Amino acid sequence: MLATLLVSVLVITLIAIVLALLMVIADATVGNYGTAKITINGSKELEVQGGQPLLKALNGEGIFIPSACGGRGSCGLCKVAVLEGGGNYLPTELPWISEEEKKNQIRLSCQFKVKNDIAIKIPEELFSVRQFTTKVESLRDLTHDIKEVKLKLVEPTEIDMKAGQFIQFQVPEYELTDEPVYRAYSMASVPSDITHIELEIRLVPNGICTTYVHKHLKEGDTVIVNGPYGEFFLRDSERDIICIAGGSGMAPVKSILLDMADKGSKRKARYFFGARSARDLFLIDEMRELETRMENFKFIPALSEPSPEDKWEGEVGLITDVVGRLTENASESDAYLCGSPGMIDACIKVLRDLGMPDERIYYDKFS
Amino acid sequence: MNDILFPLAVFFAAVFTNNILLTNYLGMCSFLSVSKELETSAGLGIAVTFVMATTTAINWVVYHFLLVPFQLEYLRFIVFIIIIAAFVQLIEMVIERYSEGLYFALGIFLPLITVNCAILGASLFMVIREYSFMTSFFFGFGSGLGWLIAILAMAGIRQRLRTAKIPLGLDGPGISLIIAGFMAMAFMGFNGMITIS
Repeated sequence: MLATLLVSVLVITLIAIVLALLMVIADATVGNYGTAKITINGSKELEVQGGQPLLKALNGEGIFIPSACGGRGSCGLCKVAVLEGGGNYLPTELPWISEEEKKNQIRLSCQFKVKNDIAIKIPEELFSVRQFTTKVESLRDLTHDIKEVKLKLVEPTEIDMKAGQFIQFQVPEYELTDEPVYRAYSMASVPSDITHIELEIRLVPNGICTTYVHKHLKEGDTVIVNGPYGEFFLRDSERDIICIAGGSGMAPVKSILLDMADKGSKRKARYFFGARSARDLFLIDEMRELETRMENFKFIPALSEPSPEDKWEGEVGLITDVVGRLTENASESDAYLCGSPGMIDACIKVLRDLGMPDERIYYDKFS
Repeated sequence: MNDILFPLAVFFAAVFTNNILLTNYLGMCSFLSVSKELETSAGLGIAVTFVMATTTAINWVVYHFLLVPFQLEYLRFIVFIIIIAAFVQLIEMVIERYSEGLYFALGIFLPLITVNCAILGASLFMVIREYSFMTSFFFGFGSGLGWLIAILAMAGIRQRLRTAKIPLGLDGPGISLIIAGFMAMAFMGFNGMITIS
């Protein structure tokens, strides 16, 4: 009995050893492509182990290419231009690549393998983009349809962001989606708090991510995000600032204002926040507190349709009208706008009429 | 039947009368998911044929010279599947390195094949039916070829289906399974030509 047992263990071990040895030998000979050089944007050079997918090779060097499916070739997001040494397209790439992209040598980086020296081109901002594993620290209802989500960074533990930038939030598989999807949200947190990310997410009926956040997300849950991205951030200057936001457009503006307060900015800043009625207003106390921290800051909430029970004594009217009414000359100011496309377009028109040059109007349109 | 003709008989039986896909319904998942295009179906079918023929031969050797002498027949499931996985992995590495053309045509299907139950099925049938080495090889080869013919026919039909009017409830997997059923019935027409057990 013992003998047969021993023999079977031995035989299985023998087979396993032979196969493992074979694989090791194959890895070291057939599968060994040596090191390959990746030249990025003509300047940065990386030495990577050959034979691995480009996405993984870049990831290993700390350069994160956004990908929703994690390299299975099923989302088609991780596109990268391979300018030299690309070779032919793989059948697994073709479904995702248009004729136009073929001309620009766009490849699917999770399928394309680095076998020789290559030259690639990626947007500069991707150099600072990372994927973060986070934990939900707190959830708070700001209004009847906007939730504040505070995430504690787990791995990596710190984020280097500019006030106003956004991240991509990974929604895992659940009843509304059968594969992970990404949605962009502005960060409401102050850049000096490098261990947290705060988001303000408004419930959109049947929205994949917003439904997930509002109905499924609990404190302690793990959330994967990547970022930071975006050109909407506070620029250095001494000019006055006009901020205009509506709804969850509060998030990046709050980040910008907190950042200014942190740095002891003396710039004159006014923040117009538009809402329909009092139940759509939020973070009023936080904004009032900011007014005490920054002597030159003024928060101006405005309601377009205050209901009688609101007993509203503040500004009334569309946010564009309120801005126009309270601003005499905007030619020496910068503007930061965040909200729906309709609101932003209307605000840009008003600011232009007030003499503001287009290049000083920074905005983040929800789409 | 004499020794030289028997492997050939098994070969033809495996292709037609005992088609592993249509009579045993093995290898269904890749059969249904990859049969949308004629070209990819051909690639996958050829890869399956190659892997099936070679792995049944390798598994026959391992079974009869390693497992039977030590009375370890009961381990065949796990041993066969490990060998198939390792072999497929090796082949993939080799052709990826040395033949880009072959890799593009067949290589990308190889990872799919590791989990194709028809491959393991062929190795297990060869044990149950007590085939000799030659017969096993031809059985594996024939089964692969039968699978190739079935998926090619399926892909051809499905390409035509694209312009056909299909009842809403049957669109997609529904109509594919009905077609597979009809094909199985058509292949039953070959019954009586040759029988193997």
